Amino acid sequence: MNITEKILARASGQKSVKPGDIVEARVDVALFHEKAGPGFFENFEKLGREIWDKNKVVVVADHAVPPSNIYSANCILETRNFVLRHRLPHFYLGKGICHQIMAEEGFVKPGLVIVGADSHTVTQGAFGAFATAVGSTEMAWILAKGSLWFRVPEAIRIKVEGSLSEMVFGKDIIVKIFGILGIDGATYKTLEFMGSTIDELSIDGRMTMCNMVVDAGAKNGIIGPDQRTCEYLQYRADAFGETVQSDSDADYARTIDLNVAQMEPQVACPHSMDNVKNVREIQDIKIDQAFIGTCTGGRLEDLRAASRLFRKHRVHPEVMLVITPASNKIYQRALDEGLIQTLIQAGAMVTNSNCGACGGGGMGVLGENEVCISTASRNTRGRMGHVSGQIYLASAATVAASAIKGKVTDPREMI
Amino acid sequence: MKKRFQGRVWKFGDHIDTDVITPGKYENLPLEELCRHCLEPIKAAFAHTLKDNDVLVAGVNFGCGSAREIAPRALKKLKIGAVVAKSFSRTFFRNAIAIGLPVLISPQAFEACHEGDRVMIDLAHSRLKNMTTKKAVPVDPIPKDIYGILLSGGLFASLRKKRRLKPKARSRSAAVPMGTQSKRIQRQGGRG
Repeated sequence: MNITEKILARASGQKSVKPGDIVEARVDVALFHEKAGPGFFENFEKLGREIWDKNKVVVVADHAVPPSNIYSANCILETRNFVLRHRLPHFYLGKGICHQIMAEEGFVKPGLVIVGADSHTVTQGAFGAFATAVGSTEMAWILAKGSLWFRVPEAIRIKVEGSLSEMVFGKDIIVKIFGILGIDGATYKTLEFMGSTIDELSIDGRMTMCNMVVDAGAKNGIIGPDQRTCEYLQYRADAFGETVQSDSDADYARTIDLNVAQMEPQVACPHSMDNVKNVREIQDIKIDQAFIGTCTGGRLEDLRAASRLFRKHRVHPEVMLVITPASNKIYQRALDEGLIQTLIQAGAMVTNSNCGACGGGGMGVLGENEVCISTASRNTRGRMGHVSGQIYLASAATVAASAIKGKVTDPREMI
Repeated sequence: MKKRFQGRVWKFGDHIDTDVITPGKYENLPLEELCRHCLEPIKAAFAHTLKDNDVLVAGVNFGCGSAREIAPRALKKLKIGAVVAKSFSRTFFRNAIAIGLPVLISPQAFEACHEGDRVMIDLAHSRLKNMTTKKAVPVDPIPKDIYGILLSGGLFASLRKKRRLKPKARSRSAAVPMGTQSKRIQRQGGRG
């Protein structure tokens, strides 16, 4: 069996499972945020049930914090009231994006089943957990029962080999993979990443890769835990879940071999994540806005890459650069390392940690025909504001280099 | 949910995502108003000229993007009869069933139906007929359990019916009362 099958077998009390099986799996951690919770509070409370295990529920207010309109304010208010009514111990308000908090606060461990009412819950696959998303109604079901049905997914194995060039990151690998798979190339399936490049990849890079799998339609993305995973979690987690690895004879519906040794920085162009180009093919595209942030690309590695370029350069006078660290912990580390100082002095705006401009609900909305280059995960029409807005997705280094030049730029030229 | 109904066809292409179904810039509107902007980026008049039981016929990967339940909820609010697509994103498919919006998989419907055609859908027997061309169009059978959830009007309604979760006494630790302000947000369904 592969890792995902092993986790689902264990969670459903079976010796083995195979793709296509429907299993009722025990949920180890349930996650929801302030824009998903209010959708089920009333229905959940009508059931008159207690929450199955309060210690296993993580609630985060992150989408529009602090709120800029009454709707968003009410969402936070209702979420906070629900947390108080049910005395939920794990509530984070304005501390950062839920998927970053899950990792930083030690809620993720290899082998766990993590279900969240947010599509990017798949981020936790970076630690060898089975992590997937549901909607509000199914989240309420989980809060009542502590389990949910799943179809055991077919697996696609993606083997990545070769050392990444300087200024090429996990983000570039996953965007490259989108170009190969297409945005429905992994629908209902699991993407399992392995190979020497993944072994060498930072936890930040692994999180970025697993974070984006949902946008290829995948149920989950997963990376077998290793020494690096353990080091990261030991620092923050008090105990480990059961560590699992795929068997050497595990079945895969498809295998993709990718050599990234010569790979250029990659950019996903409007209006689809699989419209992928090498950065050098589109270097004349002028940009109005640049955005470094989100659960995909607002981590310490991203801020470090950006500020490395801004030590020598300034933001182009016609470009608005918005930087939103993915969590307060990242923000603090970036302050300690002097990164924030560098970024602000170079002309960037640094906002507090939240989902920010990504979904068009926070600050950094695009106007008519505005062009934005972003570290986020989605570039669909109207995602960040006006439907004529155009979104290019790239690594933080490429976004920073583009913000300096005022047009899409290869970051390798700027170092 | 109606077991059998007729409606007009509205065609949409491949990869219709949740940001197009329910554009983020309207997220602070109540559901009744938000649903009037459904699919606006590609068919501005859609929600204004729609009639009850009209049917969406789409290509592959319908509902990709966010796991937000607001997208199927808005379509249900518009009284869409069903969404028929070559394939669905996993999250949209599950959410639609969970809230009682019929979703049918049919590899042939996109080619067999044209914009404005009249179709008859019989959910009880997983049948689709194009009344304009007088041709039956094959659809994948709806599994029995899923049909049961749809027929009840969604997961919660089916729960109450099956009584798999017997209501216990309400928690006495209710320190904060449910505000009346909250009802609107809850009905609206939130976003994921």
